[in-house]
Amino acid sequence: MSKQPVAVTGIGQTKHVAARRDVSIAGLVREAAQRALEDAGLDWPDIDAVVIGKAPDFFEGVMMPELYLADALGAVGKPMLRVHTAGSVGGSTALVASNLVAAGVHETVLTVAFEKQSESNAMWGLSLPVPFTQPLVAGAGGFFAPHIRSYMRRTGAPDTIGSLVAYKDRRNALKNPYAHLHEHDITLEKVQASPMLWDPVRYSETCPSSDGACAMVLSSRERAARAPHRPAWVHGGAMRSEPTMFAGKDTVSPQAGKDCAADVYRQAGITDPRREIDAVEMYVPFSWYEPMWLENLGFAQEGEGWKLTESGVTELDGDLPVNPSGGVLSTNPIGASGMIRFAEAALQVRGQAGEHQVDGARRAVGHAYGGGSQFFAMWLVGDEPPTS
Amino acid sequence: MPSYARDVAVVAFAQSDHKRHTDEQSEVEMLMPVLHQVLAATGLKTGDIDFTCSGSSDYLAGRAFSFTMALDGVGAWPPISESHVEMDGAWALYEAWVKIQTGEADTALVYSYGKSSPGSVRDVLTRQLDPYYVAPLWPDAPALAALQAQALIDAGEADEKALAGVASRSRAAAAGNPHAQLRGERPQGDYAVQPLRTGDLPPVTDGAAAVILAADDTARRLCERPAWIRGIDHRIEAHSLGVRDLTDSPSTRQAAERAGAFERPVDTAELHAPFSSQELVLRKALGLDDSVSVNPSGGALAANPIMAAGLIRIGEVAARIHRGESARALAHATSGPCLQQNLVAVLEGQEGEASR
Repeated sequence: MSKQPVAVTGIGQTKHVAARRDVSIAGLVREAAQRALEDAGLDWPDIDAVVIGKAPDFFEGVMMPELYLADALGAVGKPMLRVHTAGSVGGSTALVASNLVAAGVHETVLTVAFEKQSESNAMWGLSLPVPFTQPLVAGAGGFFAPHIRSYMRRTGAPDTIGSLVAYKDRRNALKNPYAHLHEHDITLEKVQASPMLWDPVRYSETCPSSDGACAMVLSSRERAARAPHRPAWVHGGAMRSEPTMFAGKDTVSPQAGKDCAADVYRQAGITDPRREIDAVEMYVPFSWYEPMWLENLGFAQEGEGWKLTESGVTELDGDLPVNPSGGVLSTNPIGASGMIRFAEAALQVRGQAGEHQVDGARRAVGHAYGGGSQFFAMWLVGDEPPTS
Repeated sequence: MPSYARDVAVVAFAQSDHKRHTDEQSEVEMLMPVLHQVLAATGLKTGDIDFTCSGSSDYLAGRAFSFTMALDGVGAWPPISESHVEMDGAWALYEAWVKIQTGEADTALVYSYGKSSPGSVRDVLTRQLDPYYVAPLWPDAPALAALQAQALIDAGEADEKALAGVASRSRAAAAGNPHAQLRGERPQGDYAVQPLRTGDLPPVTDGAAAVILAADDTARRLCERPAWIRGIDHRIEAHSLGVRDLTDSPSTRQAAERAGAFERPVDTAELHAPFSSQELVLRKALGLDDSVSVNPSGGALAANPIMAAGLIRIGEVAARIHRGESARALAHATSGPCLQQNLVAVLEGQEGEASR
């Protein structure tokens, strides 16, 4: 038996900002979903099922908010699933939705991911005291900074690499009307002079806190034939997980990330990702994760990722553009951030990325990670349907 | 019958001994023996499982990413293909079933758990309600279920005696269930929230459950009498109670139709009805008469580990089929206030000709 082909026929995002005080949570998700439906030329009754994802419920202070969101997302009378796989959730949610079509269970699925960080405080949401457990207190940055230090020591990468990533992503964001941070006066010097938050991560090398939602309509081949715009096609998708901590864990380049990428490339028939993939939207919440993931996902040999960044390969006009949208460093509604990566990859192969379009992009990767570098979700989309 | 690409069966089920308190155990410690039991039943090891999916709630655990700790317990090394839903484990089973239907997996481990004892679960569940208009009023699950029960009584579809009958039958049935928390009949007691008496309410429970799914020949190899999932579907209703007819459960009926439940009678039904009144609503929606054995395990009135109680309904009917005590059974899971979201699965012991 074989999987049914899956097409991305509609994509919608909100304009990501620090606080969307003008809408409720329901209003926020509906805005993105409505835009995805319009892009797909569909109306609410055309949707068979809704798959929604977000990061921890404490980030808004609503337990299982999908129950309350059923009406706003047109899910009444339909199946509704809620995925939660930590920071990778936006990607995982898209993959769960994609599987519903691939399995032949549904023809048209709406998938949505969101975070309304202004409703609460994510750093403290991550830092609730738990008996017998080391308190995190410092938020995600404090957790990941030592892993970055370890990467720098291991590879001998120059201290400035992180600032190059941030400078690139923040400039890319200027070409993306949906990006949260639009820093028109950004300079490399300003990034390098910004305050140190969690050594070696500076303020300008850190993701913002955003309110935002992203939605996609995923369709079977038959339904995709009726779509008004060219779809993107899913050529491979995978999730991998490993424990948070254990003796022998490689926190710099986790095995789960490598396995996830290898599975996606196998499904898509990719043997040389560096040459065969035209654009990458990877989950880089702290600047240094660009070179780290370049190695983990097989775009560079171990220890060589920072050289791609330093030589400009990952710039928008480079040989392997990474995060042409501005990435998580410019926009971070946590639960939606993974889905935005997946959706931006699809926009690239549909030729709909506007000012941040990578010329001639035919194959693009969307990637997300979460937890203690332990949950990975990734897909590869192309401009043509898969042949096998 | 609905037609799917592959025949998928529940080949093993395990659950904890459900308790009011498990102060001496973390969630992981509560879950681990259950995982070991379900794997032992099939002879599989973690590394043999193609896909793992779990269901749990951060709000019950009182911390973000609570499921990551459970994953450490699963032993996800080398890395595994894995996912998690912030829903009852019945929906984790649904996601795993879909994954197997894609052909990407032949086996799946599904687990879920919940500890309600550390906090006040009545208060915690109010955080599930519309955050702008309802949650600020803190209406708890028994109060909302009482509204539903009163609507049933006002419609002439139930009286307090009928509610008491459900409660008494459930706990009497649980006397034969070594995992149940309330084993044997209990007095109905005083009103908790009128018209519901304490006997109409579920116990507060800590517990965990796990299921292994397998497809086609793999299922036949792992289990002498696999419990084949002939149909499975789930549907959600509007959140606002004001726009719903609380005496009915259209989403349950819709899911049952899609799962093929009405094509032939079932002999057994495990209904996820935390409140006695909700069993009456579900019986009506599913058209179950007295010939059907309803909740022989005692149901959620005898043990209600939130996030696992729905998965346990599927496991309980599967175990009956494994033991040859049922030929065709229905399992139901619910989520949200007053049965807002419902899942129905139909399982059979017979080999595939029914679906082919």
